[in-house]
Amino acid sequence: MMRRLLPRPGLSVALFLLWAVLTNAASFATLLLGALLALLLPFIVSPFWPDALRVSRPGVAVKFAARIGWDMLLANWAVARRVVGPVAKLHPAFVEVPLDLRDPFAATVLGSIVSLTPGTVSIDVDRERWVLQVHALDAPDPEMLVQQIKQHYEQPIKEIFRC
Amino acid sequence: MNPAVEFLVASLILLGALFALLGSVGLARLPDFFTRLHGPTKATTLGVGATVLASAVFFTATQPGLSLHEIAVMVFLFITAPVSAHLLAKAALHRGKDGSND
Repeated sequence: MMRRLLPRPGLSVALFLLWAVLTNAASFATLLLGALLALLLPFIVSPFWPDALRVSRPGVAVKFAARIGWDMLLANWAVARRVVGPVAKLHPAFVEVPLDLRDPFAATVLGSIVSLTPGTVSIDVDRERWVLQVHALDAPDPEMLVQQIKQHYEQPIKEIFRC
Repeated sequence: MNPAVEFLVASLILLGALFALLGSVGLARLPDFFTRLHGPTKATTLGVGATVLASAVFFTATQPGLSLHEIAVMVFLFITAPVSAHLLAKAALHRGKDGSND
């Protein structure tokens, strides 16, 4: 019964919160409209909505998000300095990160995080070999960068989604 | 408005502007397509992030109630920025790894 009324509870909650944030929760009427949309939209999108993974360790996820925020600040600073400094001395490199993840959604999350932390942009996820192709602005030691991405980002993602 | 809040808003806007500028400097100075791709990702994360945060603080301080829709702007930017960078990079790979035009 619950499943029939709420095919995707997570999506409904996310939609409602997003609506509340967008409208600054202005009045009861707007919240009611938001609730209505949150109930109806999942029915419309569910035929083509991919199955997202469940977050099985919310505590780890929150800590991970905080770490990414901090990493983004540090990395922004590091890249800003390089951009202003001597550009010719940079060591840009294509780096291939072999993945232990085997889930397209988790791999997309990892790729996005790698792109958001400045200094690295993910180019492609090869789903046949499970390799994440990354371009680094300045990587004198590519092997270290691979280890860093695997330890700092891939490991927690595996833990959070348990995949 | 409280001077402390004013100071906070001003510093956030300056910080955002600084990183947007640095992103553009990177775009202009870096030698090839793939290194240039790094500039705009920076401008969107810290540059826009700080500006939008300043807006949230300002409107929360000057108007009744919390102003939170800026957070949604940030969330959408953080979701879409990697996608556009990824598409640009894929298109460039298609044309050859050095990213030159020929």
